[in-house]
Amino acid sequence: MNVTTRPALLDIEAIRAEFPILQQQVRGRTLVFLDSAASAQKPRAVIGAMVQAMETQYANVHRGLHWMSERTTEAYEGTRDAVARLLNAPDRHEIVFTRNSTEAINLVAHSYGRGVLRPGQAVVISEMEHHSNLVPWQMLRDAHGIELRVAPVTDAGELDMAALEALLADGKVGLVAITHMSNVLGSYTPAERIAALAHAHGARVLFDGSQAIVHRRVDVQALDADFYAFTGHKLYGPTGIGVLWARRELLEAMPPFMGGGDMISSVTWERSTWAEVPHKFEAGTPAIIEAIGLGAAIGFVESVGYEAIAAHEAALTEHALARLSAIAGVHVLGRAQDRGGVVSFTLDRAHAHDVATLLDRQGIAVRAGHHCAEPLMRRLGVDSTARASFGIYTTQAEIDALAESLLRVREFFA
Amino acid sequence: MFDDLRDLYQEVILDHGRRPRHGARLAAFDASAKGDNPMCGDRVQVFVRHDGGRIGEVGFEARGCAISIASADLMAEVAAGCSDAEIHDLAQRFRELARSGAAAGDDAAIERLRPLAGVHEFPSRVKCATLPWHALLAALDGKGEASSE
Ligand SMILES: Cc1ncc(COP(=O)(O)O)c(C=O)c1O
Repeated sequence: MNVTTRPALLDIEAIRAEFPILQQQVRGRTLVFLDSAASAQKPRAVIGAMVQAMETQYANVHRGLHWMSERTTEAYEGTRDAVARLLNAPDRHEIVFTRNSTEAINLVAHSYGRGVLRPGQAVVISEMEHHSNLVPWQMLRDAHGIELRVAPVTDAGELDMAALEALLADGKVGLVAITHMSNVLGSYTPAERIAALAHAHGARVLFDGSQAIVHRRVDVQALDADFYAFTGHKLYGPTGIGVLWARRELLEAMPPFMGGGDMISSVTWERSTWAEVPHKFEAGTPAIIEAIGLGAAIGFVESVGYEAIAAHEAALTEHALARLSAIAGVHVLGRAQDRGGVVSFTLDRAHAHDVATLLDRQGIAVRAGHHCAEPLMRRLGVDSTARASFGIYTTQAEIDALAESLLRVREFFA
Repeated sequence: MFDDLRDLYQEVILDHGRRPRHGARLAAFDASAKGDNPMCGDRVQVFVRHDGGRIGEVGFEARGCAISIASADLMAEVAAGCSDAEIHDLAQRFRELARSGAAAGDDAAIERLRPLAGVHEFPSRVKCATLPWHALLAALDGKGEASSE
């Protein structure tokens, strides 16, 4: 039954043992969790680091002169170092903590969008954006007179590079904001080429790396990116913590996003001055425990290694595409050459919600719906899809279980 | 395999979900409203034509799962011949049926809707069944749009 012959570079049983939740039974069966793209499960290292921080060294950061606060600040700032290393950022001060990708993108839309972009300039997004890299730009358009342009995707589900180039041609575009990997189609976008194209036309480039960074090493210098956003909870970390990386000179030119404590240098009745970056963008008490958890998640991912993760998930994706395409009535959306561990599909005669409910009855968790990408759904001519997505702990047997269960679902709606 | 799911997907529901009898815009109507469930993307528009003081016919256009289509279709079926006040009462009892699995009364209309009672065990699917009713009430109240809650 195995379609792939690639050697497994990762000890899947050892990895699964690190995720307590995978031992859970759902409806009397061992959980088959194929919804990691919505949010990934958490390894012991993450859970443990968060518990340990609260049990042994908790206090607020950046303000206490006492031992507890110093230890907590060290751990919190340690995650900033870990993120800088993860992204190969040249400078740890370029790492801004946010709540999630959505907040990171809103930060850019607000501070860079209103502070640096001028009315009459344009922002380019793509047809396969998650709403979180779409709605903030619509809001900017309406509030600040920015034109919003949309680069199409091809029928294969890849970014149409020629069309993107045409959108950049008049030199009005100030920013290209595009996903690095689609949460619906699984397609990676050619980030290096996008950045080169944007820069050649005088535009800056932001990548929404929410999905991309889960499956592959990201090097912001190699990509020549200007902004890179990701969210902790999809990278095996906790909810409530995300990251915006941006070039230091950009962050310095941008006005603050929110005002409050921690982001000031001095405050009088007349005026306030801002703290240095990144603190200028981190108003209020941050998600301290969650940042510590994210640091542990990064350590976990690095200990497994991106090379092993990428090879494992490439084999899984290939296997899933082969198994699902072999089922008459199942249609996989997109056939991008370069893709990560996300496969969307439809089943003839059955709506995606009904498919998901029937799979759930067999202990298999998939997502169904529009995946926060309604314009892409319209482009693809579907109302909704079912989506199976894979993580570090996903096995071929789980994909086989999905394929076999889909046969039963098909029968049910025959 | 799916024995426990037969409560949710009873034959009536599969049948009406697949081949709705009232799944079309009416040629002439005097009330209409849309219903939208932004969480899952289900959408329905209902059309109502009154005859005298009563509902003559209900039709709908929808995209959604088997539950929502079947619910809209059974609703259209039982609504014909009702007064607006009777629809309000029935909608109230149907909502109760979808949420708790039980509803007051043993009139023909509620009995016809009873196969949908199974949704109460699937909290994420209750709104699929109730969305068309929200839209119908919005149409009767002249509101144009209903949200699922
Ligand atoms: C491509 C993409 N962008 C952005 C997001 C938003 O992430 P978050 O909700 O954590 O901000 C997601 C996940 O839902 C996503 O898949």
